[in-house]
Amino acid sequence: MARILSFDAIVAATAELCRKAATELPDDVLACLKACAARETNENGKEFFRQYLENAQIARETAMPLCQDTGFAVYFVEYGEELQLDHGTIYEAIDAGTEKGYRENFLRKSIDADPLFHRVNTGTNTPAIVHLEIVKGDQLHITLAPKGGGSENMSQLKMLKPADGRQGVVDFVVSSVVNAGGNPCPPTIVGVGIGGTAEKAMYLAKKALLRPLGQRHADPDYAQLEAEILERINCEGSGPQGLGGCVTSLAVHINAFPCHLASLPVAVNLNCHAARHAEVTL
Amino acid sequence: MMKKIQLPLTQEKVRELRAGDKVLLSGVIWTGRDAAHQRFVELLDAGKALPVELKDQTIYFVGPCPAPPGKVIGSAGPTTSGRMDRYSPRLIAECGLRGMIGKGNRSQAVVEAMKTHGAVYFAATGGAGALIARCIKSCEVVAFADLGPEAVHRLVVEDFPLIVAIDAYGDSLYQR
Repeated sequence: MARILSFDAIVAATAELCRKAATELPDDVLACLKACAARETNENGKEFFRQYLENAQIARETAMPLCQDTGFAVYFVEYGEELQLDHGTIYEAIDAGTEKGYRENFLRKSIDADPLFHRVNTGTNTPAIVHLEIVKGDQLHITLAPKGGGSENMSQLKMLKPADGRQGVVDFVVSSVVNAGGNPCPPTIVGVGIGGTAEKAMYLAKKALLRPLGQRHADPDYAQLEAEILERINCEGSGPQGLGGCVTSLAVHINAFPCHLASLPVAVNLNCHAARHAEVTL
Repeated sequence: MMKKIQLPLTQEKVRELRAGDKVLLSGVIWTGRDAAHQRFVELLDAGKALPVELKDQTIYFVGPCPAPPGKVIGSAGPTTSGRMDRYSPRLIAECGLRGMIGKGNRSQAVVEAMKTHGAVYFAATGGAGALIARCIKSCEVVAFADLGPEAVHRLVVEDFPLIVAIDAYGDSLYQR
């Protein structure tokens, strides 16, 4: 028996996610920023943390976006196999909700129709990016993680040799973050995808950004690797905004996946300190 | 120590600023991102006048959110300055651009132009767009309206908090 879900309900829920993600910094990110502010020793760095926290408060209280780059609307959707929409497709519903949410909440529309030959704003912030996963059950779970250009432009992918091993991964991730400097609005969250194929590794890296801050990797080997990479990044002294300090990154989150005999793909996807995401279950 | 600076900048004012100085900027600034910069340079190539006289002026690399009802502007933090690196040296050398506001490091070519002609690069706080919007007292589109958020806006700012990231002597906070 399929459960019938209304297209319009998905549109409304998606639009609300757009508002919430753009204006309300999640509690785990706020708590992490506060903890790291106390650890930062650089004078400029301390002042940036003060501004980030004040900005988050203003955004929440006045419904202003945390950042003017309200991003590409990237959705991670878990779609129960017993679900059926009353009309239309999940992609159409999410695009309609994105357009409504960005229009009604005065969020910036940042999507150009073609990357090369027609760089004209679509005016709706669509199409959205939808990563769809079919799961058991009759529920729809939608997570929105709007992604700004500044941090996304610093993404890196490298196909390491299996012999490069653990050290190769550490060196590549650390250099990717350090070379990004102030561009991705540090302190960043560092998403790392290891294994799979090239495109799978980048998907894993992006999805790793959704893990709540403060939650360690379930596998102790990866948990230790995350801690080691984070320490090495923060020893480099790039700091908030790349203008000096001991907190360049807030966390390193790794997602690993089985790997081809010949390969060791590693992808790095960074999130700025305004690590926005919101979710809903229908 | 905060330095209060009233715009427009001059060669003399710029030469007094040093990397690491914290400043509060007040006066008129102009917005511009990649698309507007590209059009500026195309106009220069064609020997035509720019829609804005840039001598001694300051450009803020920003594409703001739309203004909600009752507000002057939406969220308005800096974008990554590196994308303007290929355009900035010409605006500095040929138009007398004196100040730039953005986030992240600049290319060596930009720094050389800043040294030669006397210009300064300020870092604004990336990801603090709601906070920065409070310093913006007026906003109007003055050119390239078809570019939407990338249009050139005239902003009047009051006590915009910035750090001198690269000064007119080439000293840079990013190199420390």
